[in-house]
Amino acid sequence: MPPESHYLMVSLVLFLVGCVGVLARRNLLVVLMGIELMLNAANLAFAAFSRSRLLVDGEIVVFFVIAVAAAEAAVGLAIVVALYRRKETVNLDRFNVLHQ
Amino acid sequence: MNGTVLGNVESIRYFLPEIVLVGTILAVIAFELLAGRGRAPEPPTAIGRRSPVCDGTLAIGLLGVAGSLAALLSLGYEGPLLLFEGAIAWDPFSIFFRWFFLAVAAAVLLIAHPYRPLVCLHYGEFVSLVVGTAFGMMLLASSTNLLLVYLALEMVSLPSYILAGFLRGDRKSSEAALKYAVYGAAASGAMLYGFSFLYGMTGSIHFFEMREAIASGGIPVVHLLVPIVLVLAGFGYKIAAVPFHMWAPDVYEGSATPITAFFSVGPKAAGLAVLIRFFHSVFAAGGEASLRVIGSVDWTLLLAILSAITMTLGNLAAIGQDNLKRMLAYSSIAHAGTMLMGAVVLGGSGVHAILFYLVVYAFMNLGAFLVVIAISIDKRRETIADFRGLGWRMPFLGVSMTVFLLSLTGVPPTAGFVAKFAILRALIEEEIYWLAVIGVLNTVVSLYYYARVIKAMFLDAPDPTEPALPSLSRIHLALLALFLVPTILLGFRFGVLDAIAAASRFLVVGS
Repeated sequence: MPPESHYLMVSLVLFLVGCVGVLARRNLLVVLMGIELMLNAANLAFAAFSRSRLLVDGEIVVFFVIAVAAAEAAVGLAIVVALYRRKETVNLDRFNVLHQ
Repeated sequence: MNGTVLGNVESIRYFLPEIVLVGTILAVIAFELLAGRGRAPEPPTAIGRRSPVCDGTLAIGLLGVAGSLAALLSLGYEGPLLLFEGAIAWDPFSIFFRWFFLAVAAAVLLIAHPYRPLVCLHYGEFVSLVVGTAFGMMLLASSTNLLLVYLALEMVSLPSYILAGFLRGDRKSSEAALKYAVYGAAASGAMLYGFSFLYGMTGSIHFFEMREAIASGGIPVVHLLVPIVLVLAGFGYKIAAVPFHMWAPDVYEGSATPITAFFSVGPKAAGLAVLIRFFHSVFAAGGEASLRVIGSVDWTLLLAILSAITMTLGNLAAIGQDNLKRMLAYSSIAHAGTMLMGAVVLGGSGVHAILFYLVVYAFMNLGAFLVVIAISIDKRRETIADFRGLGWRMPFLGVSMTVFLLSLTGVPPTAGFVAKFAILRALIEEEIYWLAVIGVLNTVVSLYYYARVIKAMFLDAPDPTEPALPSLSRIHLALLALFLVPTILLGFRFGVLDAIAAASRFLVVGS
């Protein structure tokens, strides 16, 4: 089995990719994907720590996070659909009625 | 204070207040479905007109909150417990917050009752979302393990996103929901990543076991500092602390005003509660009087810097605002900073001052929002220009708004002064003078923008072409009196509230 640090590297890369997706991309769907990546980075780290330390708590956390992520995606996508119906776009910069 | 760990079955009794709330959510949804069956769906023109169904859902929601309060009251308190094998705390601190959140939820349901843009707009969903958020906040203030903190935070966040976008036809409201959801999901993702590393360092998700691992030392500074900053992003987002505050002005402006009032008090208090519990039980050890920081990171300094920046930026940004809801958003950011100052002080006096401040803040801030709601129940009237001459056109509203704003500033004969004084006193006793000085200077800055509204209400002439303002509904009148009396009275007779806050400052610190 590869050592723990390899898993953590992958999780760090996932997290950074997710952060860049949220901060730099203007397409709302890509932003939501970035958030999913951040959550999955945390999941991977939880699972890796659990595995290497022979604990079970972290693996249980992962199950809950997967369920919450699904709920979050449902709410996020519903908001995107509501906005798309009005403006026919999913570009973050086009939603600017609230000033500053 | 050490708590007795209870097993899953014995714990159910103490979880009754929360169980009643969950039952209420289901009952409201079921009632709306069954009572509305066979009727044509409400046309868009029905918004603003009451129907027996929407009054019924509200009544069930309020009954549920009252039932939960009654359950809380009947349980009494006989000493600290740790419910569900140590996952949920039953201590004075969490019981205080259970009361607080139930009261805030009831107040918001009543405030929204006469607010026309919300009336009969999927009312069952509105009531169940508010009650659901209250449930999440109660859980957040009492959870003592990482998984539960995350679940409770999402239980607060997800209904809040929907509430922010509740006026579906309104572009501002949908945009508010979008900004809230994107910032919120990113912040909670960062927090979760921080949690995963704390779990890796300490080998446990339970607060007290984590504390033991940290106290035994050996964890390098960087390995603790990075997770702490990530976790602060999640908590800071909930209390709208700088630099995680960017969503607040937009969300506050875009949401329906009763919902804004809810956001400015409820989730903010819940964020503070979890922040205090997390740092005091994971990164601090010792008894009530000798609580001290453990681990290699001085997080009190981190919080002190965060609170100084939050107060200063919140107050400076509020100065230029013409929209009253945006101004109150920045003012609520500044108040979050003031309350964070209390969290810097370890030991009981800081928590004591924060709890006192929270109750006063709830009265004065809900009161200020209530005045905005009362004059804008038929259309959006929320700029300072809309408030011109209000003191002469509707003297009671004008005078109450003046009292609320003076109290928010912290001017002497009001409750806001006593609350701010308590926080500053706690800081000075701990000899953190620089932060106290920044706190006082910020009060001076905040006087400027609050006084602008008072000037507009009493010294500026009203626009003669302006149509008549809507008359004050009876519920709003009663609520206004309910918020106004404590805001004045607590300015000089604060003994009872002080005693409650003093008794509620105890957190369970181990099993």
